[in-house]
Amino acid sequence: MTMLKIENLHARVEGKEILKGLNLTVNAGEVHAVMGPNGAGKSTLANVLSGRDGYEVTAGSVSYNGIDLLALEPEQRAAAGVFLAFQYPVEIPGVNNTYFLRAALNAQRKHRGEQELDSMKFLKLVREKLKVMQISDELLHRAVNEGFSGGEKKRNEIFQMAVLEPQLAILDETDSGLDIDALKQVAEGVNALRAVSRSFILVTHYQRLLDYIEPDFVHVLADGRIVESGDKSLALKLEEHGYAWIGERHAPALAGGAQA
Amino acid sequence: MSQPARSPFVDSLLQAASQMQLPGRGIAWLDAARHDNLAAFAVAGLPDTRVEAWKYTALRALAQRSLVLGDAHAAERAIDLQALRLPSLDGPRLTFVHGVFRADLSKLDELPQGLSLQPLSEVLRGEAEPLRFALAKHYREAGDAFAQLNAALAGDGVVLRVAAGVKIAQPVHLLFLGAPAETELAWHARNVIELGEGAELSLFEHHAGLGGQQHLGNLVSDVVLREGAKLQHTALQDSASGSSLIRRSQLRLHARAHASLHVLELGGVLSRHELQAELVGDEAQLETRGVFALNGRQHADTQLAIRHQALRTRSASVWRGVADERSRGVFRGAIVVAEGADGTDASLSNKNLLLSAGAEIDTKPELEIYADEVKAAHGATVGQLDERALFYLRSRGIPLVEARGMLTAAFCRAVLDSLPHEILRNHLSDLLLAHLPNAPTIP
Repeated sequence: MTMLKIENLHARVEGKEILKGLNLTVNAGEVHAVMGPNGAGKSTLANVLSGRDGYEVTAGSVSYNGIDLLALEPEQRAAAGVFLAFQYPVEIPGVNNTYFLRAALNAQRKHRGEQELDSMKFLKLVREKLKVMQISDELLHRAVNEGFSGGEKKRNEIFQMAVLEPQLAILDETDSGLDIDALKQVAEGVNALRAVSRSFILVTHYQRLLDYIEPDFVHVLADGRIVESGDKSLALKLEEHGYAWIGERHAPALAGGAQA
Repeated sequence: MSQPARSPFVDSLLQAASQMQLPGRGIAWLDAARHDNLAAFAVAGLPDTRVEAWKYTALRALAQRSLVLGDAHAAERAIDLQALRLPSLDGPRLTFVHGVFRADLSKLDELPQGLSLQPLSEVLRGEAEPLRFALAKHYREAGDAFAQLNAALAGDGVVLRVAAGVKIAQPVHLLFLGAPAETELAWHARNVIELGEGAELSLFEHHAGLGGQQHLGNLVSDVVLREGAKLQHTALQDSASGSSLIRRSQLRLHARAHASLHVLELGGVLSRHELQAELVGDEAQLETRGVFALNGRQHADTQLAIRHQALRTRSASVWRGVADERSRGVFRGAIVVAEGADGTDASLSNKNLLLSAGAEIDTKPELEIYADEVKAAHGATVGQLDERALFYLRSRGIPLVEARGMLTAAFCRAVLDSLPHEILRNHLSDLLLAHLPNAPTIP
C-alpha cells in the first residue's frame, strides 16, 4: 500500500531552488535510504516533509495516506504519524524531557480523538521504550536535549520516535557525528521499530549507517532530483566510487537543468 | 526655594501632608527628618525622564492625578483574606491595609523566641530611638522623590529584629493589601528589618489587592544583615490591576552575611522596584533572582544596584522579563565594585522575551570596577521565542499556541526553581503560570 507519494516536488529556500522535480514513492513497511552529496537537497526534503517554515514549495505534490501533506501544519503532520528525527536536535532549557514527551504524545492522541494517557500509564510506556533504546532514565529528568552529548541527542530522537510510534519516520542525517557505538545503538533502536505498517526514510551522506539498518531501496539525490534508485548494492557502489561516479552517469542533470 | 514643580499630584500630597497627624509626631529628630524630606520633595517634585534613573518610566500620568493621602478608614475596611488564596504558611503574619497595620488580619501570637515583630506605628508610640538611624535619613538624589515622600509621610510598617544566633524557620509573612475605597489613595509604609549576628530569617513580602482600585503605594524597606546572618527574602508583587506601587529596598550586608532574594512581579499598572544592596563586610554574599510577566498596558521597572565594598564579596543576579500585548518592562542592573573590594565576584544576567509587537523592554546592565582581581560578568538580551525550539515542539505534535506557552513558562520559571521553600516556590510558580499566556497546566 502506498503511504507516501512525492511527485515533481520543487522547493525553494531563501529564494534559491533546491528541489527540482523530486519523485519518490514509499510503501508501508519499507525502508528507503536517500543518499547524496552535500547540497543535493537531502535535508531540504526532510524539512519540507515535516513542515518547517522557510521552505517554499513552488510545484509538485506530496500525498500521505491519500491526504495532501503539504496543506498540514507541522503539529498536524505529527498527529497524522509523520516524525522527523532532527539532524541537530534543539536544546530547550526549562522544559523537562518527560513532561515534553507526554505533552507531545497526548497532543497527538487528542488530535486523533484518542484518550490522553495519565502519568501512570505514560511512565509505564516510557519504561518499556527505555529498555528497547538502552537509554538511561537520568536523561528523562533533564531538560530536553540540554547538555546532552551528540550521541545522547540522537538517541533521544530515536527514543521519542519509539514513544510516539509514527507511521512514517524521516531520519535526517541521524548518523552524522556519531561514533561507531552510538551509531550501532541508534541503528538497533530503528531496527526494533521496523514494522509492516511503519516506513522509514533515512537521509544520509554515508553508507555506513546502512551496514546496520538494511534498506529496501537506496536513492541517490543530486541537484534536487533523485537520479538513481536501486537496492542496497547501490549504496555499496557509491561507497566504492564516490559521488563523482554519479556525476559522470548523470552529467546533464548535474550540469543544471538540461531536462525540462 | 526655587519654583516647585507643581502638578495635581504634588499639590494634593503637599496640601494633605500639612494637616496629617502621623504616628511619632513630637519626636524631634523624626519631625525634623519628615519636614526636611517633604521640603525637598516640594522643591523637586516628581522626576521626569531626563533624570537618568527614570529615563524609561514616565510619571506624566501619575502627575496629573490628585490622590487622597492615607486611608482614614483603613482600620475598618472589610477584608476577606480567604478570597486572596494566601499560601498556607504557619509562621507569623503582619497585615497592612493601605499601609495601616491591622491586628485583626495578623498573626502575632506565640512569636518564636528571639524574634521581635511589631508595627512601626506601635514602636513610634514607645521607644523610637533605635530607629533613628533608619528613619532620620535625608534623601537628596535626583530621582529620590518617592523616598522623600516616604520619609515624610510613612507612619506605619514593619519593625522586625532577629536576635543574634537565632534561626527563624517559618517564613514571616508581610502582607500589604489594597482594597476598594471611595477615592484613589496614596499610602506610605516603612519597614525596618535587622538580623543580628548569625541570625537566620525567611521573609515573604507580599503585595496583593482586592478589586481594581487605582491606589498608589509607596514602600521603603531597610534590611541590615549583621555578621554571618542569613536571609531568604521572597517578594511577590501581585497588586490589583489598576494600582501603582513604588518600592525601594535598601540592603546592607556585613561580613559573611548571605542574602538570597526571589522576586516575582505580576500585578499593578505601574510598578517600580529599586533594589539597592551594599556588601560592606568581607565575604558577604548576595543572590538575586527575579522575573516580571506583563500584559495589557502594565509597566514594570526594576532598578537593581549592587555595591561591592569589601574583600571577596560575591553577588549573582539572574533576572527575566516577559512582556505581552502593549506592556513595557524596564530593567537596570548596576554593579559597582568599589576601590579596595579586591577578590569580588559579580555576575548579572538579564534576559527578556517580547511576546507581541506592541510590547517593549528596555534593559541596561552597568558595571563599574575600581578594584583588582575582580571577576565580573554581565549580559542582557531582549528577544523573541526561539523559532527552532517552537518548530521542534510542533514537529512532535504540540500545537503552536501550547508550544509558545510552554517555552514562555520555561523561560521564566528557571528563576523561581532555586527558591528553597517549597510552598512558596509552588505558590509563586502557579501564579506565574496563571499570568502567562497559554501556559501549560501541568508542571
